[in-house]
Amino acid sequence: MTEVASWKVKTGLAEMLKGGVIMDVTTPEQAKIAEEAGACAVMALERVPADIRAAGGVARMADPTVIKRIMEAVTIPVMAKARIGHFVEAQILEALGVDYIDESEVLTPADELYHIDKHKFKVPFVCGARNLGEALRRIGEGAAMIRTKGEPGTGNVVEAVRHMRTVMSEIRRLTTMPKEELMTAAKEMAAPYDLVQYVAEHGKLPVVNFAAGGIATPADAALMMQLGCDGIFVGSGIFKSSNPAKRARAIVLATTHYNDPDMLAKLSEDLGEAMPGLEISTIAPAERMQDRGW
Amino acid sequence: MKEKIGVLAVQGAFREHRQVLEKLGAEVVEVRSKNDLEGIEGLIIPGGESTAIGKQLEMDGFGERIVQMAQAGCPIFGTCAGMILLSKRIEQSKQYSLGLLDTLVRRNAFGRQVASFEADLPVKGFQGKELRAVFIRAPYVLEADPQVEILAKYEDKIVFVRQGNILATAFHPELTEDTRVHEYFLKMVPDKADRKEQSC
Repeated sequence: MTEVASWKVKTGLAEMLKGGVIMDVTTPEQAKIAEEAGACAVMALERVPADIRAAGGVARMADPTVIKRIMEAVTIPVMAKARIGHFVEAQILEALGVDYIDESEVLTPADELYHIDKHKFKVPFVCGARNLGEALRRIGEGAAMIRTKGEPGTGNVVEAVRHMRTVMSEIRRLTTMPKEELMTAAKEMAAPYDLVQYVAEHGKLPVVNFAAGGIATPADAALMMQLGCDGIFVGSGIFKSSNPAKRARAIVLATTHYNDPDMLAKLSEDLGEAMPGLEISTIAPAERMQDRGW
Repeated sequence: MKEKIGVLAVQGAFREHRQVLEKLGAEVVEVRSKNDLEGIEGLIIPGGESTAIGKQLEMDGFGERIVQMAQAGCPIFGTCAGMILLSKRIEQSKQYSLGLLDTLVRRNAFGRQVASFEADLPVKGFQGKELRAVFIRAPYVLEADPQVEILAKYEDKIVFVRQGNILATAFHPELTEDTRVHEYFLKMVPDKADRKEQSC
């Protein structure tokens, strides 16, 4: 029997992306630079998060023309972002044939209470999470891939580190709990019980877990990999730097060779200016993207 | 005697191959650079992005070393992106390839991700039930030279081939519980006692 868009096929594509770097791009030319550097996928956007942050106002799904041109330019998978809860933007992205949808806090949320019912779609979804409960809620809704939220568009890795450490330590905690404590843990983290049981038994999420939000250097990428993530999203970090092609290549290689400090030292040499960074405490609470969604 | 199998761990689903091989009792080495190839008796090239993996094989004579090993008889098994990287010819693409299979492959041949699927396949020489095969943005073989043995087709499209010591699937046997494809590959590894010289 042939089964299209099964759970295995949705989570399977994320498995294939592991150990790779997914890069934000806004034009076909940038997409080609990313592919040439060895990106395992690209995220098609109208503006990178740093520019969205600077522009203010309401950030929405990209114009389909932008997404289609990027899909035509490269052979690697193309992802695109829909607003949290905006299931019609997701329907449009599915109709365009994108390979993955990011229900993303980088865009202005369309619904303050509910995320998209992602099981309804044939196209798989990735969602951001700051902790294990949030990750499991998104998986419960049908996300086939999880990433940290970090704080997008800042070039500051501190929030991604916080989120990855939180998820990993909460996973470790579940694996040491006796069974009778799991329901209370599920209640406390507001996560589906069956997924809490899965994590307690397997010591990992049931889907792939990437790092995102603030990664700007090869060292940042390797740091996140050593903390236990499966791969890397780089948003503004590449095309807001002075030498995107070289930096993109260096981040790709650092993600593969994350445990080889000699290699990382070589890769970090002479990359030109990184993107200008933002200190998290200077961002007004209302402008923190990671607090969007629940 | 345990076989020592390398799994190319540059990018892609290398962890799943590792788990299957370990379940079958093989010793597994993750291969990230040329030096990691030392002493292995077989190599798996996993699914992932063939362009991303190819970019790294182009560096420092990494791919060339794999080709030398294959020519000396070392068994190599590629899944999905691995099949593309093994194929001599890739339709509409100038990307890097190891060129070890006399085939022409088409990338993303069944369509984009929304067309990815699972299906049951009869496989030549496999006993028992059909093989559950997971196809993810999968390629297939458009043309195969006569020396390429066709082990399975899906709707007339060639998706599982062997040419001497080279094995390739368009689908992902590492994502299912059925271990027959990996068992088949491990049988391609010659016994240490029978080997005249170190092939890999």
